[in-house]
Amino acid sequence: MSQIPLVDYLVLGDDPHLLANECTSCGARFFGRRNACASCFTTEFASVEVPTEGTLRAFTIVSHAAPGVPVPYVAGVIDCGGTSVAGNIINTTPDPDHVKLGMKVRLATNVVGTDDDGKEAIGFGFEPLAASTNETGN
Amino acid sequence: MATDDIYILGINMTKFGKHPDLDSVDLASEAVMAALTDGGVTMADMGILAAGELMGPGGIGQKLQKQVGQTGIPVYNVANACATGATALRTAIMAVKAGECDMGLAVGVEKLSGAGLLGGGGRPESKKKVFEPSGRKGAVASLDGRIGTQTMPGVFAQVGMEYLHDHEYGGAPFELFAKISSKNHAHSTLNPLAAYTKAMSVEQIMDDVMIAYPNTRPMCSANCDGAAAAVVVSGSKLATLSDEQRRRAIKVRASVLTSDPYQEGCQVLPDVNTLTRNAANQAYETAGVGPEDLDVVELHDCFATAELVHYDNLMLCDRGDAVDLFESGATTRQGRIPVNVSGGLESKGHPIAATGIANVWEICHHLRGEAGDRQIEGARLGLAHVIGLGSACGVHILESVAA
Repeated sequence: MSQIPLVDYLVLGDDPHLLANECTSCGARFFGRRNACASCFTTEFASVEVPTEGTLRAFTIVSHAAPGVPVPYVAGVIDCGGTSVAGNIINTTPDPDHVKLGMKVRLATNVVGTDDDGKEAIGFGFEPLAASTNETGN
Repeated sequence: MATDDIYILGINMTKFGKHPDLDSVDLASEAVMAALTDGGVTMADMGILAAGELMGPGGIGQKLQKQVGQTGIPVYNVANACATGATALRTAIMAVKAGECDMGLAVGVEKLSGAGLLGGGGRPESKKKVFEPSGRKGAVASLDGRIGTQTMPGVFAQVGMEYLHDHEYGGAPFELFAKISSKNHAHSTLNPLAAYTKAMSVEQIMDDVMIAYPNTRPMCSANCDGAAAAVVVSGSKLATLSDEQRRRAIKVRASVLTSDPYQEGCQVLPDVNTLTRNAANQAYETAGVGPEDLDVVELHDCFATAELVHYDNLMLCDRGDAVDLFESGATTRQGRIPVNVSGGLESKGHPIAATGIANVWEICHHLRGEAGDRQIEGARLGLAHVIGLGSACGVHILESVAA
């Protein structure tokens, strides 16, 4: 079965990871294409790999969403070695007892769906590292 | 009064809530005519009209003129997310400051009752489902709920949680934010123009419908209908007006609008902090005052989680001390720096484009000593703040100059 990433900055394969467009002048990183750098306005970018492990900086547990979006789900911001990444927290129970600020997480992929041609869309999220210890009590 | 000073001459907000029998033009007309009456002037005196209706079909300014007076003046229809009203006000102020006219009118209106969840949602599905990359991220499907959330309650939940993470908060986030919401709902009981005027306990708030943890329904801004309008005047023109008009005029000590400067991560989770801090800094510098001089503050509590971060962004406390400021009781109406004595967006309501002028109205109401049961006694200096996601931030510092 053929696969396609949910977004073009997700690289599939044996070692799934995210790619950022990094400004060659100031180092600012962006997901998706940019006409120019929002930080320094230059136009040269290089594609760089983003670390697949990180720390959960912020999260919410969405219980009420637009029609067709399954709830509850955990949306968060993950600090991946200095690059902020938006992603869902997956492979754990979506409640405040299982999702904590400061928890260590790693990239994981999941199946988003299959289209009428049999092509499978693969998305990503972040799952708790098994032996994670929490930075704070919350 | 210096000739280049700017004053609010007349200002009004409608009752916020459900207005099934009034359309947005009716609501805007009501606010405009009342603001003109409040200022003792007419449409014939206005040199500019700036108008906003964010979710409307466009052209609210001209539609309004056809109900209240077509004088041929320039109309600027503005849109700037939840800062639309503040942007309209700032536009009128800039026109007067630029010397193009000596009086201007700003209005914001929204019909939002029953609008439900804002932000988020999918994209139209074609008949045949084929995954094809599109857009700047090459997405093959809607990303809302799959890569983070685009819902407003969820975005601002993360904003509040990020603050707690960055400042190593050791308490219970859910209860903290519920307490902030309870404070504003208590304030709303004294505001007859608020959409909701019911006191709510922390337990009631926590037990209500969860929208996006830690925001339950009463911790979210209330979608409702409403309008607000203001007449601004130059200092030189005000000097020619009556004693009564001069006595009630409120001086605009600072009018600032900022957008978000680039920060790491700001395109992943909107950074509502830096532009608010920048706006506050500019406003304090322009006004020649500091946060310690303020008697009353209306800030953009679109969600309980947002109020907390803006204590810090507006420098009502030292950096990182927003929780301590709140826990001290300083931001209640009995406290050192009362915040959102109107009830805030969580209970007064948030008809988007009206909010940025309604906040200014609330401050003016106190500075004029006309706030009735909820009057903050002796208030002379106040600040009104709004933020529109994307982002735009408006800060106005206002002062009573009546002897």
